[in-house]
This record gives sequence, structure tokens and C-alpha cells, in this order.
Amino acid sequence: MLLIPCPYCGPRSEEEFSYGNEAHIPRPKQPDKLDDAEWAEYVFMRSNTKGVFLERWMHAQGCRRWFNVARDTVSYEILAVYEIGAPRPELELRRDV
Amino acid sequence: MTQRFRLPEGGLIDRAKPLGFRFDGTRYQGYAGDSLASALLANGVHLVGRSFKYHRPRGIFSAGAEEPNALVQLGAGARSDANMRATQVDLVDGLTAASQNCWPSLGFDLGAINNQLSRFLPAGFYYKTFMWPAALWMRYEWVIRHAAGMGKVPDARDPDHYDKTYAHCDVLVAGAGPAGLAAALAASETGARVILAEQDGELGGALLGLDETIDGAPARDWVAAARAELEARESVTILTRTTVYGYFDHNFLGLLERVTDHLAEKPARLPRHRLWKLRAKQVVLATGAIERPLVFSDNDRPGIMLAGACQAYVNRYAVKPGSKAVVFTNNDGAYGAALDLAAAGIEIAAIVDLRPDPEGPATERAEAAGLPVLAGHAIIGTRGDQRVDQVRIARISADGASIVGGAGEGAAQTIDCDLVAVSGGWSPTVHLFSQSRGKIRFDAELGCFLPGDAAQATHLAGACNGAFGLASCLQTGFEAGAQAAKAAGLKPGKRRRKIQKAPEASDDGFLPARWTWLVPSDRPLGQGGKHFVDLQNDVTAADLKLALREGYRSVEHVKRYTTTGMGTDQGKTGNVNAIAIIAETQGRPIPEVGVTTFRPPYTAVTFGAFAGRDIEDLLDATRRTPIHAWHQRNGAVFEDVGQWKRPWYYPKASESMHDAVNREVKAVRSSLGVVDATTLGKIDIQGKDAAEFLNRMYTNAWSKLEVGKCRYGLMLGEDGMVMDDGVTARLGEHHYLMTTTTGNAAPVFGHLEEFLQTEWPELEVRLTSVTEQFATVSLAGPNARRLLAELTQDIELSANALPHMGLARGRVAGIPARVFRVSFTGEMSFEINVRASYGLALWQAVMTAGEKYDITPYGTEAMHVLRAEKGFIIVGQETDGSVTPLDLGMDWILSKNKDFIGKRSLTRPDMLKPDRKQLVGLLTEDPAEVLPEGAQLVETVLAKPPMVMVGHVSSSYHSPNLERSFALAMIKGGRGKMGQRVFAPLQGGKTLACTITGPVFLDPEGERLRG
Ligand SMILES: [Zn+2]
Repeated sequence: MLLIPCPYCGPRSEEEFSYGNEAHIPRPKQPDKLDDAEWAEYVFMRSNTKGVFLERWMHAQGCRRWFNVARDTVSYEILAVYEIGAPRPELELRRDV
Repeated sequence: MTQRFRLPEGGLIDRAKPLGFRFDGTRYQGYAGDSLASALLANGVHLVGRSFKYHRPRGIFSAGAEEPNALVQLGAGARSDANMRATQVDLVDGLTAASQNCWPSLGFDLGAINNQLSRFLPAGFYYKTFMWPAALWMRYEWVIRHAAGMGKVPDARDPDHYDKTYAHCDVLVAGAGPAGLAAALAASETGARVILAEQDGELGGALLGLDETIDGAPARDWVAAARAELEARESVTILTRTTVYGYFDHNFLGLLERVTDHLAEKPARLPRHRLWKLRAKQVVLATGAIERPLVFSDNDRPGIMLAGACQAYVNRYAVKPGSKAVVFTNNDGAYGAALDLAAAGIEIAAIVDLRPDPEGPATERAEAAGLPVLAGHAIIGTRGDQRVDQVRIARISADGASIVGGAGEGAAQTIDCDLVAVSGGWSPTVHLFSQSRGKIRFDAELGCFLPGDAAQATHLAGACNGAFGLASCLQTGFEAGAQAAKAAGLKPGKRRRKIQKAPEASDDGFLPARWTWLVPSDRPLGQGGKHFVDLQNDVTAADLKLALREGYRSVEHVKRYTTTGMGTDQGKTGNVNAIAIIAETQGRPIPEVGVTTFRPPYTAVTFGAFAGRDIEDLLDATRRTPIHAWHQRNGAVFEDVGQWKRPWYYPKASESMHDAVNREVKAVRSSLGVVDATTLGKIDIQGKDAAEFLNRMYTNAWSKLEVGKCRYGLMLGEDGMVMDDGVTARLGEHHYLMTTTTGNAAPVFGHLEEFLQTEWPELEVRLTSVTEQFATVSLAGPNARRLLAELTQDIELSANALPHMGLARGRVAGIPARVFRVSFTGEMSFEINVRASYGLALWQAVMTAGEKYDITPYGTEAMHVLRAEKGFIIVGQETDGSVTPLDLGMDWILSKNKDFIGKRSLTRPDMLKPDRKQLVGLLTEDPAEVLPEGAQLVETVLAKPPMVMVGHVSSSYHSPNLERSFALAMIKGGRGKMGQRVFAPLQGGKTLACTITGPVFLDPEGERLRG
């Protein structure tokens, strides 16, 4: 079970959180301007990353706030947590993944 | 027969506390401090079970968690446990145990015929059986059913209770042998919060079974001093009878503490087991090592035991596991065992050593003691039905692959004995390390798998890291403990106690070794004797070789095909030998073959411990409305809606459900009904952008909704599928109250929060769940307005003042209330919201005043009938996550002038296909027949399935208003099929013919609810 450092509450056990999948997929501003494939890409397609993955979590049993997490999907190491809307963190590229 | 094999003195047992117990019905006696296994051995009982597949007699093999054979059924009735390792069961007064896998009795077992039939039960037996013709299944079923499954489940519910606890520490030390004790001492020296977990009831680990010295004194004295020191330190928690069973992510570990199993009298206040969910900053693994057997012919008879176990029975339990022993080894370790056995008065007939030239301090001591050593020899066969009584010994060739002198009895000598003490080297207990995703590597010199790179904050100490000698264990223990404390952020200790650095001890007793993974015999492998690799699952070296011949290559596949390592012991003694034999057969190095995955739990964990207190009423929260007590008093039958208890219907005296629901439905249409609608989700939405937010979340437009008015809204997921529906009222300029379906309140709230936080943080909107703050009493029927008028002075109820979808504030029965004129039944209806604490008072006032209208409380079933008559959907009944508003014929609610969540998905090609399932009504041709909900519909009936299905029934009832049955259904292209026939072929051969209609059966103009 992961130990997730909620940026608002501090480190808490994974069971307090709900998962929100890949981060940095903003809702298109004008959906009606997208063709079917582009819209499907937004609604359905998510990457299945081996290595550093930027993903969303929500502290459901705590502050109920959403935030982003950079997590290594191989080692499960949490490399960064940052607010929704903040830019992608600069992380060293890891050679071992 | 009372403890004939108990030594007159020594051991850690308490001879002043005799304990009575029964095994297979026979009475025996042991002492406090015994395990069930040691007590049985003290009474000369070796035969304790039958093997899984061949039902061969099996005896106690080890003295610990690795035990593959001595699995017993413990206790009786409700307090019965299967597959308990006798080696780890603390003896308690009055204990009863029984052998497993045998019928009719342990001594005479009919299943043993499998042993004679063993050539018909090869590797992959199960897989091959399942591929045989199905007709043969009837014959083999008996064999499989009897071969599979071990022990019996209890015959009544578990009378014990279990508990769970959470804990945090700086350093967890797993294992309290010499390395673990040293690590705990060093770590706690700094003031670190240390938890020391030991699976045994005593601290000391291997030292309990060894006659070693530390600092020139008995090792047990050092253990006692270490324990006293640790107990004196406030930051240290010692957990005995506690197994670290799982090592999960981010240093999260599972521990099982057996709290009362060892107590004859179990205090009711204590849980039987306690599950610890532990988060450790740093972990020290000091889990020791497990001795390996040697794989020789017929190596499974009772009386054949691990050498270290024999030593533990002598030293710890003061039990002689035999009278005349042959020791069989490939390393120095067994010499220490031989010396201890000899000192206990057991005759050592021979030490059979696979090494041609054993030398070193251990061998010298054995020779000095006059123990006969047969170097370069092997045991090539054993004899004895229910206990070993003879071994055959022969010289082996230089390469260890065959015996000198070749086949035939002539090459061998025989020795009579009743005990064979075996040592094939040691396997570090890397289970927890591997579970933590640490890499395992093979060490050729030590002949074992060792921990490699750690994946987490893990430190290693002692034999689990290949430090087999006592001095090394102590040294690495102190180092690992100090490192762990430092890594946890603690400063080196200032205290200088006498126990703070590794004391003096010896490292003798293991290397050098000769790795002869498969001990040759004078007969071809698999003929005239069995070389067991996995004792519990009866897997032999011949089985492994057969699997390889049949084309299996990966160790994971060979494991599954032969079932090696798949018993309850997970191959603790057998796996390394199996891997080595696979490697040897394939001509590959062991590291290339690799190791099978270690999975939690290390040893079994009771389901009770995982459940803890979260059972029955505490399994999940039960939510009751403030009016619940009234419903109960008035005979309501409840149904669960999510966590809520809702009245389903209110049967009178002898009424059936059908009668009660009919009465309730009729009352609403003819006079007046009342329903407790408190459970509907309620979300208070405020902020200057609230209307804009609703515009984006709902499919319809909200900007023009006036203050004091309500509107029905439909909410979609971004995939265009219906997610929820409900009425939202505008309470003020920037203030709305949204209602959701009962079961969807939390998901909808989460959905709103997510978009507010992640997509539109610029919107000024605040959400508050107020579901439990208000009680809702809903009046419905032609007399609803008349009754409400009697209960309020300050709310104007005329159709102009409070029209359909209007809202008003005022007092109802003297209670401050919000009244919403909304309808889910199609009747004129008023939903009265009051503070939850007034809910019951309002309900009672309504019931009293409503008597003259014969006011009828109705439940969810009548509510469902009433809404279905009107063709109103229920999200989750008509919809299932694959239904769009277009499928429901609700195009009218989709705004064309704005974007909303899910809108773009509605024009995806798949959403516009004409053959999508669409909402329709359905009337059976026989009005008395009520279709079952979920029934599949076809256009063409065939004699038997499969048939082409065109839809399904989503809601179906009898309607006393229509005086017939009716249903809602989702049918492919249904709206274009009005008047067509479809059929519902039902189980049992009956087929109901139906006609497709529109989904609204009553008052399509809505006259009744406007009025
Ligand atoms: Zn938080």
C-alpha cells in the first residue's frame, strides 16, 4: 500500500485516496470543433506508461482535494506531488526503467 | 506410554507443568513449552499424516514454519482449524488434534492405494485428466475430489473474535534470532521506535535449538539479557507469536499476532488473532534460514528429519527424536547436530557425508567423539512402513552422479536405524525480501539464493543474507540495526550499555559443502523408489524430469504442471532443490533457471484476522432516516438502497406483497399517499457561477430558471452515457439545491467536485452535501393539496402561487419548511423538506391530519410502479452505463445552445446507430402475466437457444390502475417498432408474447400533476 504525500495534509495511506488516472489531459475548450477520433482520444485513451507516470489522485477520505503525482510505475516510487494546474515537474530521466 | 523419549533434564520446557492432549483420539502428555510436534515425539509418535497424492505415511520433518508433512486438524466443531503445522502449535492443556488425508485411519489408509497406482498419477495428472474424454470424468472425479483439498472446514460459525490495529515505527525488525536481537538492540540504542516481531513464542530463533556459547556463556543467557534490555527500553515493542506475513509497497507490512491460541483459558476480552497493519520507516529482515533436505530415494519416511530440527528437539524440547540415528549431510552443519544427538544418548550409527574428504573443526570434533563417518557415501534407499527402520548406503562416484559398483544390492551396505537426520544446506528465508520486490541472486559457493538489491528501505541481517555463522549473525545484526536507525533519522545512541557491540562467538558449522542436488541410487530414477522434492505435494525428481521431457522449460510452468512448491508450505524446504534439479537436467546454470515468485502470506493468515471487527452490523454503515422508527412500528418491510434502509412496502395484517403494493398504488391515484424521500441525495450549491456550473454539468439550460422554481436535470458522463437525474431548485440568486438518486449521491458529488477542481477552478462555486441535514416527506395524490392546506397558514398553495415545479418557504405543521411541488408519480405532489430533527414530527403530523383522506404510506415498490406507469426512468434500472439520452427518447432535454459534459459524445457514429436499444413500453398479450425483469426479448422464437436477442425487460409490474401487467424495455430500434410483437422465452420453456408500445401508460398529457 502506497504512502502518498498529500500536498495539503501530508503523508497518508493509499486507502484514503481515490485514483484519477493520467494527469495533464485537459478537457478540450471546444469539443464540437474536434473530429470523432480526436474526441475519442480525449475521452477514452490513456497511456500505460512503464516508468515515470504523471497521474491524478484525490484525498477522498481527507481534504477531498485533487492533486497530481509523479510516480514510477515500476518501482512505485513517488517522485513528486504538485497542484492541479501546475506545470509538469522537471524530473531526471531514469535509466533503470 | 508417557513421554518415553523425554530426556531427564535440559530443554526449555517446564516439567512442573504437565499438559494433557489427544492426537487421533489417544491421550498423551507433554509439558508447558512444548510444541504439538515435540510433545508427540516425546511420546514416540512420528507418523502424523498421509501425503497429499500417494497417501504415503509421513512424519514430523522440521521444527518450524517450513513443516511440509505434519499438518493436523486442530480442535473440533466450530473451533477447528485445518492444515496447522504441528511444529508451530503451542501445546495447551486439553488440546485435540487429528491427522489429515487419511481414511479410515492413519495407520490403515485406503487412499494409499494411490501409491501402488503412482505410475498412473504422473506429473501434470490433473491437466492430463481434464483433457481426457469427458465421459471418463465420472470415473476420475472420485480420485480428484479425494486427492484435492486438505483438512476439513469448521462445521459452525467461528465463535472467536479478531482484531486489527495500525502501527507506525522507525524500525521493524522481523525475526528475533541472534541477528534480529542484535539489530533491535542497536536500533533502539538510538531511541528509535522499534517493533521486534517473532513468529515463535520465545525469542532466540535458532539459538533455542543450538548448544552455542556467546561471550563464553550459554547463548540462552545472552538471549535473556538482550530481552531484558529491550523490555527496559520504552521505545521497543516486542511481539511474540507474531509473523510478518507480507511486505508490501512503501514499507507497509502485514503482521499476524496469535494472541490466545497458546492459552488454555482464553479471556473473552482478547481477540484470537490480531492483524497489524504496519508502516515502518526502515525494515531489518532477520528472518534466518531454512534447512534443505537431500533428494534421495524414499527420503520421505517418518523418522527422516532435518538435522537442525533433530538438534532443536534435543536441545530446546529435551526430546529424543530416535534411538539410533544415521546422519546424512553435504555440509559441516550436520556434525554439530550429530554431536548434540550423541550427547543426548542417541546412538549415531553413521555420519554419511557426500563429500569425499570432509575436514574442518566440526568434523574433527565428531571424530574426536568417536562418531563413525562414511565420507563420499550416500543413502541410496530406505526401508520401513510407518517409520524408517533401515537405510542402504553406497559409495558415490567422483562426479556424484552414480554409485560406485553400479546397480544391485551388492554395492550397498545396510544400517538399521529409527532416525535419519538430513542436511542439504541452508536456504536463506528471502520470502519477505522478495515480496518487497527486492532482487534475488544465486550464490554458487553458498549454494543458495540470496537477497540482491533492495527495492525499499530494507536492511538485512544474519542468515537470511547468507551470514550463517553465529558470530556473523550478531555482527551483521548490530550493523543493520544501527544503519536502519540512522536511515530513519536517528542519531547514534549516547548510552553505553554492556550490550552494544557484537559479542564473541564462533562461525563454525556450515561450509564447505558439496552440492549434489539429486542423490543417485542403484536403480533408475523413478523406479523402485521415489526421490521426493516437494514432500507436501508429493512431487518427485522424476516428475520434474518428466515435465521437462514433455517440453516445459520455464520454472514457473514446471511448477504449475508438477505442482511443486504449490502446497500450503509454498515449497519452503523443496523449491531450491527443485530449481537445481531443473537446471541440472537442462544443463543450464541455476541463475538462468531463476526462482519462482514469493507471494504473501509467508504462512497462512486466518480470514478472521483480515475481517477483524468488520463483520455483520459493522461490515458497512447502515443509514436510517429520522422517520425510520415510525416505519418499523408500522410494519414496513425494508429494502437496502445503497447503505440506506428504505420502506419497500407496508403490509397490513395478512396482506401479501402484491396486495400491499396494489393498495398503496391505488391510494396514491385515488386519494393520498405519503413517502419518506429523505434518502434522495441533496447537494447545496452556492456561488456566483453556480448557474454556469449547472449549465456545464446538466444537459439542459439553467440560466433562465427563476428563483423559486425547480427543473428536472439529466447528467451524463463524458462518454455521453446517462449518469444521474434529479430535480434542482433555485433557492436564491446564487443558491441552488440539487437532488440526486439515493444510490448516486456520493458519486455525483465527487463528479461535481472533480470538474470544479480540475477543469474549472476559476468558477466561484461551493458544494456542500446536505443529504442528512434535511428530512423529506412527499405527499402525492388528488388530496395532497387539500391536506397540505390544512397544515400551513403561510404558504399559498393555489396553482398560480405554487405551480408544478414551483417552490415555497413557510411553516408546515408549525415547522420551518421548504415545499417543492415536484412529482415522481404523475400525481400532484409536494415534497416537504424540514430539518432532519423535525422529520418524524412532520411525518406524524401529516399522518394524523391525513386520516380523513385515508392517507396511505407507500414504499419504494409502489413508487416504482407509479413512476413506471408514467414512463419515468430510474437511473440504474432503465440505464446501465451504456444508455444515452437519445436511447431514452429524451432528446428534448439536450440543449443545442451550449456545451455540456458528454455532449460531444452523443454525435459519435456509434451513438447514432439505428439499432441501438431504445426505451419502449411492453404489454404482454396475457394481461395477467408479469414479465420477469431482465428477461431477454426475441423476435423469432426457436426451439432452444441460442436465439437472436433484440432487447431486455428493464422494469415490469402489475398495475392496479391499468388493471393489467405492463413493462418498460430496451429494444433495438424499438421506437420504430411500435405495435410489433416480441417474445420473452423464459426458463422452463414458457414464452410470453408481448406488443411494443410507447413508454407512457397513464395520463400522457400530465393533467393530474398540474391541476
Ligand atoms: Zn489531503
